[in-house]
Amino acid sequence: MHIPDGFLATPVWLALDVGAAPAVGLLARRARQDFDESRIPLLGVMGAFVFAAQMVNFPVAPGASGHLVGSALLAYTLGPAAASLVMTAILVIQAFVFQDGGVLALGANIFNMAIAGVLAAHLPYRLLGGRRMGVFLGGMLSVLVGAFLALGQLLLSGIPMKPELLALSAGLFFVNAAAEGVITVAALGAIRGIRPGWVQEISPPGKRELWLFGGAAVALAVFGVLIASPLPDGLERFLEEAGVAARAKALITTPFGDYEAAFFRAGWLRKAAAGLAGLALISACGWATGRWLARRRRA
Amino acid sequence: MAPLIEVRGLSFRYEDGTLALNGVDFRLEPGETVALLGPNGSGKTTFLLHLIGLLRGEGEIIVCGRPVRRENLDFVRRKVGVLFQDADEQLFMPTVLEDVAFGPLNQGLPPQEAQRVALETLAQVGMQGAAGRAPYHLSAGEKRRVALAGVLAMGPEILVLDEPTTFLDPPSQRHLLDVLRALPQSKLLATHDAAFARALAARAVFFEGGRVVDSGPVDEVARRRHWEV
Amino acid sequence: MHHVVLDRWSRGRSFIHARDARAKLAAVVALLVAIATVPPGRYEPVAAAWALVCLAAALARLPVWGLAWRAALVLPFSAVFAAMSWLSGDPARGAALAAKSYASAFAVIFLLSVTPFPELCRAAEWFRAPRMLILLMQFIYRYLFVISGEAQHMWLASHCRGGSRGARFRAAAGAVGVLFARSYQRAEGIQRAMFARGFRGRFETLAARRFGGADFAFLLGALLLIGAARAGGGWLWRR
Repeated sequence: MHIPDGFLATPVWLALDVGAAPAVGLLARRARQDFDESRIPLLGVMGAFVFAAQMVNFPVAPGASGHLVGSALLAYTLGPAAASLVMTAILVIQAFVFQDGGVLALGANIFNMAIAGVLAAHLPYRLLGGRRMGVFLGGMLSVLVGAFLALGQLLLSGIPMKPELLALSAGLFFVNAAAEGVITVAALGAIRGIRPGWVQEISPPGKRELWLFGGAAVALAVFGVLIASPLPDGLERFLEEAGVAARAKALITTPFGDYEAAFFRAGWLRKAAAGLAGLALISACGWATGRWLARRRRA
Repeated sequence: MAPLIEVRGLSFRYEDGTLALNGVDFRLEPGETVALLGPNGSGKTTFLLHLIGLLRGEGEIIVCGRPVRRENLDFVRRKVGVLFQDADEQLFMPTVLEDVAFGPLNQGLPPQEAQRVALETLAQVGMQGAAGRAPYHLSAGEKRRVALAGVLAMGPEILVLDEPTTFLDPPSQRHLLDVLRALPQSKLLATHDAAFARALAARAVFFEGGRVVDSGPVDEVARRRHWEV
Repeated sequence: MHHVVLDRWSRGRSFIHARDARAKLAAVVALLVAIATVPPGRYEPVAAAWALVCLAAALARLPVWGLAWRAALVLPFSAVFAAMSWLSGDPARGAALAAKSYASAFAVIFLLSVTPFPELCRAAEWFRAPRMLILLMQFIYRYLFVISGEAQHMWLASHCRGGSRGARFRAAAGAVGVLFARSYQRAEGIQRAMFARGFRGRFETLAARRFGGADFAFLLGALLLIGAARAGGGWLWRR
């Protein structure tokens, strides 16, 4: 979900721009260490490939067609670091050349889709050793994480959304995410069929890695539950215990008085817990499945 | 005089095991233009890639007196300029000028000098007005000529052309022919087009199944191999 | 196609086209910031910003209506949120969303219509964007034109092909696979061509343009006008 300019509150887009810039710089430096500039044509052509692949029509339901987003596919063919960099380049081109997503909102969109989205694609794939379920979950999560992060940023910017609409959006996100999962599995299979070497080999994760990823998944789930819980109470209590509540409230409500944080307002957000809780549920399931599979493989 | 290119017993096998070249011998004398004829998959392009060390097989290849080995690749690639079949793969820079200047810049020329050389070579192929244009705006024939300029800008002694007439209409082919005829370099021309080969080359060798199975004047080889429409 | 049209416009001739890309990029980003920081409920600055872009487009000899129409592509998305805001009892915010996102898209289209994208990339590099990213964007842009043409053929083919949903789905997956394979092979071809011309692991560049007096004047004038629009766009209407 590409956020246009004019939607995000100034502190939100500014903070994300300031945060994303060094992250991208780090990615670029990491990419430079991993390979020299002779790999650029491959990454560049792959980036152009994603644009083209996004145009292919996939009939996913009667009368409905889906399109590939591609971050997961990139992660599985180029590796996550290169995939993040290529996605960043794609997002910049989309913002400037196609006005798909804002220019000032690039920090937000890059964080949501190029960084978090690619990471969300990579984790299940890694955890499940490259199996089809991992590909499906990865494709699904890459879209879901990006979409929910965007939604969160919009809400934080004070965009009013009725709970029914929020639930509807969450539902649509899940449908799109599932479609991406299915399409990614099919597309990756087709690519593997032409030349298996094009898909990154993933060795099953070792014990230490399982704990690391498991921990990350649990943290994600906990965070998701926190957000999904009766939000004002849950978050405020958390903030109070961290001793930040009062200061945070002040920061957000002044001097940008117009952008009073939505989640400190009405309790309608409690009703929207469904969608966000679903995300937590998926993460927890994925993690549990991964651990179970790994245990089985070792037995 | 020593030959410009000498190949002895060149063999090459792809990763999947197929034998692409099976003991190829070849010589290119100074001032010659030789045509490589033969069906698709007969090894012509694979052979050309070996000449500049992009592929490494068994046997011996000597270019301008030096064997094609890692330590000589810089030298060899300076001497041999290759015009590949797909012009889009060769014009990868944002503008025509930057693309033609790519070679000279890599050779270590300072930017001003590289730009001057690039403009000169563009004029040589008749594309001086296109310096600021983007490659995707050019027609097939124009792309071909700009790619040629990019190769000439490096000052090679030998020109290798892989299917240069692909996608060119007859007027563009004639134009390319005129440009090529005016160039002093010795040339190696891999082509399907016997007429084009006859117009440019005196001698031809015929590839089949990874080996050179015939050689001689272009007309005779074409006739013997039934290589005419 | 959209990028083809903008690319063609960007290679036109006018005073603005001839200005340094860095000046144009800085000016448009300043305009975007001006638009983004307008509090909901005030429209004059947004309208003034929009008028500024119209003026600049006319000076650049661009089809203003064509640009305005293309910028409107962002409206369906904003309209949804605008409607939601209106339904939630905050019509002011909804209208602000639509107006700001439209004006911003209009400004960005203008920028791309007076500056070829590869030049914008070079300008961004001067502003310290990472080199890898810049090179990557230039390559993607270059091959976008080639690959999108190929994909269009495939898109048509996949639509023409009938059959069950499952069959069409598999055909689409196959199309993606083929696109991938072609892309990979093209990338290998490009690398061969690069090494054949002596590539040593680093893309060298030609000398950069100098930032001239006209560029300074343009940037200064643009910033002043943008500041005026942001601060007191209202007085234009109230008079």
